Amino acid sequence: MNNQRRDTLKAGGSLGMLGLLAAVGLIKPEMAQAAWNKDAFDAKDMDAALAAVGAGKPAESAEISITAPDIAENGAVVPVGVVSKLPKTEYIAIMIEKNPAMLAASFTLPEGTAADVQTRVKMGQTSNVFAVVKADGKFYMTKKEVKVTLGGCGG
Amino acid sequence: MSMNRREFMQLLAIAAASGMTLHSNFARAEKAAEALYELPRFGNVSLLHMTDCHAQLLPIYFREPNVNLGVGDMLGRAPHLVGETFLKHYGIKPGGIEAHAFTYLDFVEAAKTYGKVGGFAHLSTLVKKMKASRPGALLLDGGDTWQGSGTALWTDAQDMVDACKLLGVDVMTLHWESTYGAERVKEIEDQDFAGKIDIVAQNVKTTDFEDPVFKPYVIKNINGVPVAIVGQAFPYTPIANPRWMTPDWSFGIQEEGMQQAVDAARADGAQVVVVLSHNGMDVDLKLASRVTGIDAIFGGHTHDGMPAPTVVENAGGKTLVTNAGSNGKFLGVMDFDVKDGKVADFRYKLLPVFSNLLPADPEMAAFIDNTRAPFLEKLTEKLAVTEGLLYRRGNFNGSWDQLIVDALLAEKDAEIAFSPGFRWGTSLLPGDTITMEHLLDQTAITYPWTTLTDMSGEMIKTVLEDVADNLFNPDPYYQQGGDMVRVGGLQYSCDPNAAMGKRIDNMMLNGKPIEADKTYKVAGWAPVSEEAKDSGPAVWDVVANYLRAQKVVSQRPLNLPTLKGMEGNPGVAV
Repeated sequence: MNNQRRDTLKAGGSLGMLGLLAAVGLIKPEMAQAAWNKDAFDAKDMDAALAAVGAGKPAESAEISITAPDIAENGAVVPVGVVSKLPKTEYIAIMIEKNPAMLAASFTLPEGTAADVQTRVKMGQTSNVFAVVKADGKFYMTKKEVKVTLGGCGG
Repeated sequence: MSMNRREFMQLLAIAAASGMTLHSNFARAEKAAEALYELPRFGNVSLLHMTDCHAQLLPIYFREPNVNLGVGDMLGRAPHLVGETFLKHYGIKPGGIEAHAFTYLDFVEAAKTYGKVGGFAHLSTLVKKMKASRPGALLLDGGDTWQGSGTALWTDAQDMVDACKLLGVDVMTLHWESTYGAERVKEIEDQDFAGKIDIVAQNVKTTDFEDPVFKPYVIKNINGVPVAIVGQAFPYTPIANPRWMTPDWSFGIQEEGMQQAVDAARADGAQVVVVLSHNGMDVDLKLASRVTGIDAIFGGHTHDGMPAPTVVENAGGKTLVTNAGSNGKFLGVMDFDVKDGKVADFRYKLLPVFSNLLPADPEMAAFIDNTRAPFLEKLTEKLAVTEGLLYRRGNFNGSWDQLIVDALLAEKDAEIAFSPGFRWGTSLLPGDTITMEHLLDQTAITYPWTTLTDMSGEMIKTVLEDVADNLFNPDPYYQQGGDMVRVGGLQYSCDPNAAMGKRIDNMMLNGKPIEADKTYKVAGWAPVSEEAKDSGPAVWDVVANYLRAQKVVSQRPLNLPTLKGMEGNPGVAV
């Protein structure tokens, strides 16, 4: 375990992860705030959420992969990562079909950035997780089911 | 101490002469032992595998299931075969000692004939015998070793930790071990096991930075051949068991991580790569079809005693998948012939450990006596006598669980009772005395509290659906490897092939349908949420009270669901 890294980040305190990333110039603060799309985050069904990010009906693509647990260990913090191998990926959104508000996160990627994002999402129940990607002006998607269970009763 | 064949037979003869535990017909026993345990060596690399002994230091009875349903792609495939279908699939003669070891058929009579199975003193003799005939052989332990008995619980796993060192375990992976808490596991790894036993688990990482918690694999040199053993802990530990006991550890199947570990081991020079897994057999079979470069997966968790490996084809070649049963009943022996840097051929045998045919190893027997001595009075308390066979294993209520839910209903004054679908827990024959030790064999966990909850009919359905999906989801990666929650009071029907949320129907209580918005009093135990800590007395105290009052436990009818769509499924026999 890399305890030094853990301690450094803990010591960072209020600065937080985003602050540190900003401090080393990986993300500009305005990038994190500028992209707030109220309609998208308020969308109550998948069609509306897709429409609000301008995706319409995206084609499924095998070039997008979602890394997420098959069964969530803790529905309150489910790690979800998306990698897009589509050339000129400029935008990635993560949507949780069964959440009250579908859009969990969206990322605008400056040109030349590796299309590899990770976040933690909250899930109240078993649901499909969608990764919606805009690449070279067109939208694509893939999905993966993440189960949220009551727990207990194992082997 | 290692032993050759002549010494082994001498020990057997001494045991018989001193009137110990041997079969009445010694000549027959000797012949049976020779047939079972004279296994010619093959190749140059041997691995011995035990798994899921659930802290059973003494010989016990263990009845294999008559219900082990396979759905989806698993329909009719190993391990989802029971009884005669099982025997036919593996070409085992009905009525013999092996048929008794691997199936439930004619269990009571056969158990009386062949006697108890397992026990670390007897297992130790077999391990020594195999190591003597197979120089360089390693002993792998698939986990669920430190939990399942009163003494393991009361010594905070120390009895099993010491027993495994004495047995000569070389490498292990984890599941129930984690329910002693992260600190205790690391303490054992860093102190007791240092330089002796490696804990491997490629899929356990810290929740914050995903740093490895254990070594992903170790490479051992066996007769000049570098052999990598990659660890795979039970992927759903923080879901099936309390997450608060390992709050900083994340698990999961981690297919990509597995591929990376296998590739790294090969790059490190490993000529043989095996996975020591606690995934459960269905998950192992799927993993083997998707990850390349694994020669064999030594599996556990689902407690399937499989006489032969399943050969799985994948993009890189073939992977053998084994599963070695539970409760110390079996020892897997894998012999590889490694030529020109790779596995050319193999032989595999899952040896049943018949205590009457394997003399107790004196050193291990003395250790077990010593470790039990301080607890003997508590362990040997006689609670009741059972008129019927008591067992647990099977997809739905076994007779032991029926007794537990009956006790919960009575002692907690509940309308409905739930008991977890654990696959561990030993068996008792008709007429046996139920001691406190036997009750603890069914219940000894670190979160044993009983609960009494007001639940709506809708919530009860949600619980049953949730557990049914963990058992019958057609995709093994979404299964957790336990059996169906055991139910008292409530009747229901179950359609395993239906979709999530649609399997459970016809829920009835005392002849009346369960109403979705009505509230029912539901008793249970083993709550996983931290808030439920100390929610009520330990389950063994509740059930012990019930048993002491009963004195004689009659054979009780099993509360089994009506199954739908399972006609002709070879995973069920009645």
